[in-house]
Amino acid sequence: MSAPLRDVAIVAFAQSDHRRRTDDLSEVEMVMPVLHEVLRRTGCETSDIGFTCSGSSDYLAGRAFSFTMALDGVGAWPPISESHVEADGAWALYEAWVKLLTGEADTALVYAYGKSSPGSVRDVLTRQLDPYYLAPLWPDSVALAALQAQALVDAGHTDEAALASIAARRRADASANPHAQLTGARPQGDHVVAPLRTGDCPPIGDGAAAVILAAGDRARELCERPAWIRGMDHRIEAHSLGVRDLTDSPSTRLAAERAGAFARPVDTAELHAPFTSQEVVLTRALGLGDEVRVNPSGGALAANPVMAAGLIRLGEAAAAVHRGDSDRALAHATSGPCLQQNLVAVLEGDPR
Amino acid sequence: MTVTPPPEILRAPLVVEFPFTRSLGPVQSAFLTGLRERVVLGVRTESGKVLVPPVEYDPETAAELRELVEVAATGTVTTWAWNPAPRPGQPLATPFAWVLVRLDGAGTALLHALDAPGPESVRTGMRVRIRWAAERSGAITDIACFEPYEDDAPGPSTGTGEGRPAAHDGEFADPVTGITTPARLDYTYSPGRAQTRYLYGLAERRTVGERCPSCAKVYVPPRGACPTCGVATTDRVEVGPRGTVTTYCVVNIKAKNLDIDVPYVYAHIALDGAGLALHGRIGGIPYDQVRMGLRVEPVWTEGARYPDHYRPTGEPDADYDTYKELL
Amino acid sequence: MSKEPVAVVGIGQTRHVAARRDVSIAGLVREAALRALADAELTWADIDAVVIGKAPDFFEGVMMPELYLADALGAVGKPMLRVHTAGSVGGSTALVAANLVAARVHRTVLTLAFEKQSESNAMWGLSLPVPFQQPLLAGAGGFFAPHVRAYMRRTGAPDTVGSLVAYKDRRNALKNPYAHLHEHDITLEKVQASPMLWDPIRYSETCPSSDGACAMVLTDRAGADRAPRPAAWVHGGAMRSEPTLFAGKDFVSPRAGSDCAADVYRQAGITDPRRQIDAVEMYVPFSWYEPMWLENLGFAAEGEGWKLTEAGVTELDGDLPVNPSGGVLSTNPIGASGMIRFAEAALQVRGEAGEHQIDGARRALGHAYGGGAQFFSMWLVGSAPPAG
Repeated sequence: MSAPLRDVAIVAFAQSDHRRRTDDLSEVEMVMPVLHEVLRRTGCETSDIGFTCSGSSDYLAGRAFSFTMALDGVGAWPPISESHVEADGAWALYEAWVKLLTGEADTALVYAYGKSSPGSVRDVLTRQLDPYYLAPLWPDSVALAALQAQALVDAGHTDEAALASIAARRRADASANPHAQLTGARPQGDHVVAPLRTGDCPPIGDGAAAVILAAGDRARELCERPAWIRGMDHRIEAHSLGVRDLTDSPSTRLAAERAGAFARPVDTAELHAPFTSQEVVLTRALGLGDEVRVNPSGGALAANPVMAAGLIRLGEAAAAVHRGDSDRALAHATSGPCLQQNLVAVLEGDPR
Repeated sequence: MTVTPPPEILRAPLVVEFPFTRSLGPVQSAFLTGLRERVVLGVRTESGKVLVPPVEYDPETAAELRELVEVAATGTVTTWAWNPAPRPGQPLATPFAWVLVRLDGAGTALLHALDAPGPESVRTGMRVRIRWAAERSGAITDIACFEPYEDDAPGPSTGTGEGRPAAHDGEFADPVTGITTPARLDYTYSPGRAQTRYLYGLAERRTVGERCPSCAKVYVPPRGACPTCGVATTDRVEVGPRGTVTTYCVVNIKAKNLDIDVPYVYAHIALDGAGLALHGRIGGIPYDQVRMGLRVEPVWTEGARYPDHYRPTGEPDADYDTYKELL
Repeated sequence: MSKEPVAVVGIGQTRHVAARRDVSIAGLVREAALRALADAELTWADIDAVVIGKAPDFFEGVMMPELYLADALGAVGKPMLRVHTAGSVGGSTALVAANLVAARVHRTVLTLAFEKQSESNAMWGLSLPVPFQQPLLAGAGGFFAPHVRAYMRRTGAPDTVGSLVAYKDRRNALKNPYAHLHEHDITLEKVQASPMLWDPIRYSETCPSSDGACAMVLTDRAGADRAPRPAAWVHGGAMRSEPTLFAGKDFVSPRAGSDCAADVYRQAGITDPRRQIDAVEMYVPFSWYEPMWLENLGFAAEGEGWKLTEAGVTELDGDLPVNPSGGVLSTNPIGASGMIRFAEAALQVRGEAGEHQIDGARRALGHAYGGGAQFFSMWLVGSAPPAG
């Protein structure tokens, strides 16, 4: 793609402490403190925000229009310019980025939340599948990931021991992440659906995340070291697993290429890989070498609030730039069965 | 100072269940009707690849696909995953392998279950065949599952080379044009902090709202946030029990899942002291005599969580100007 | 650098009916998409990205159905984005797509919205039981009827205004081959004699439940130059949201609606909407919402909207025709209804609206709303490119 019309950056990121369940909180009660925190970090108030966009899923909540109640936490009065995607918040961020590129707004609030605890998320996600040939068989999300993992094993790209070491590394990294749900050394456990073991699967939990985007000088005002979005793109693949090469992720590679990820090496990558095996697919598709810090936050293996986990990858990558831990980071989000849809953003800090 | 412990968290089952009715379109209709007749159809793309199961549109070119072919009920496992603990709705109730199977003659793989004694008896590349369901209706579940099958394995098929699958016109007697796909998901609903406190108040027949610390409006029922200020509502404020009908409608159609005789009046009621109206049913007065401004009070029935309805108090009607902001 | 002007060069919709039993969900959306491509004389390869919208996933019982629909919409290898903003979603989806062009992220975008309501039952989808809440009614009519009564009280509008709107929209639908309801024997007496469902709303003053899809091809200046038929140009577009319920909310004339319109008019240089706008496609699911939105959108002073309706101003031959297509009252695939409004507005300024064409329409407004009258999306399209 050609250079974006304007420079837009992620200037703040906040997230909840991710927990197995949050029965004590309604969705808005879970989301609102995160919105307050992200605004506090910039000193902005709701009225300073030019555009608001969120991501969530009715199917997780078991209620139609569930996002309308979460809006109560924003304080949408006087009325705000606002939109919502029925997808991970990473795509809400994409929509907000485009809005800022048009020049119609200079700042945007993006948030996402998911409560997996009320239902059985493995079964809920079966409703994402082709309703004629797949959904009637109720193939759960772990089963589909396991089919992908076995294909990787068969192709010689990994084995159970290598997957276990990824699981161990991510949970060890997550020890430094105060928001993570699953940290430290843990047994790999039994097969959930072989070849995937408990340790290869993400924790199930509830959580929320928010970021603020700002354009140009506004970004510099709101953040000492903005995480400039140098490029962002997302691509989708065919739906049916049987027509795809499950060991590869061409849509991730294409999105990364369009986002400019291959122009120069990145030092950090936050990959939205809920399963260890998917981290293998993604690092291969992106050609990430050992010199790249992958998922220093622990990734989705440490906390996986569905519909927010992708946005958290963008937020974590941006936060690494804000802190000065990264100069050029790649952030990735995924949606759909076995990495069907993928988004890649490249974030950079100003030279120090 | 003593700290009041938060009330016990409320939980209740929430079942989302519906028998969705799905029309199929020609390709899916032919495939599912074929399964009923123990015939497996694929569809050929412009490049000659045979897709099984047949899809309506080419994933690569988006072209509409209509050229049906018949493929074998035997095939080869392209990947698999052992499922030690089957879940509700899945094809088999005993441990099984999920498999992607490329049927002989097909260029792509179909997802289903494989009945096998254990993971040690499953491998990629193994030969399998369809085990048909005893009763078939024209659905993907007409394939009960796959089962291991010993034969002289043919070489890998691409669906384009030798043994080109035969064309099929997709015509069957009494074709299946639609399917019913019941789906049930079970959730456990918990209403959160503010609603829980509200519900505990109702249990004592008190209506307790919460005040916004910023704009001072009293929210009834409280939902956890003042929606205009975006902050948590805090102080608890008892409102009512009396209130004013601010607007209403007369409901003349009976809803399936609702045990209320029609006609009845569904009203917005601003309880005294509340910052906005809540919704309730009006009784104790003929439906055609309900009016805006009517003063009402709750009528409780034994064991009910909410007032059964609101009835006139007999006070003079409220002046429009006193409630026109509370419609 | 300023925004890229956005042109609508292709429009397609399905023939909307209660149940399309001959097609799958993919078949339904595909039909609208192919018609939009044919109108623009483009192929799948010309499309850079797909933006899709629909109302709650429970309506079809498919979570995030765009995943399954990627193949049917030629989206494989492309960006595909799913929008959901309740009933306004069809409009919001078009605006998100327009922004992709305006920001020069993509040159040509397919946008589409749909609902296949026959897969389930809208009453069920809208009224999933919520534990601990008191079930009081089902469906949207009972929710909106008290607001209609509040409007009548506030303005003193006579009881008959709602029936005039329904009678007009159903007659307009007879001129629109894609409309769901074609009531050839409609009379005002029949509308007024139809059963009172949620008093003050009668059966004939409510929208149907439809299966349908609508698609548009949006493109940049260069794309418009190549287009075989006249383009509709986006002169302004906006979304506004306010909370579902709050102290002081004006359900009769929500501020989010009037703010949204004001933003669109500002972008488009509209100072007198009543005179400068030639046709309006507004989201009127219950007939009384026409006079209510006439006021909310600035076409009439507060309390005066019903007078325009009563005087025939909003008729097909009036000086401010509202819903020449027959509107939501004649066609309602919920998630698509907002995009149909946007598309019908574009058809008017392209001069392509067929029998329900308003002669010489140069500027038209497309309007959608949703949720508890809280989510609004609108665009103003013109026959000439925007100035500047």
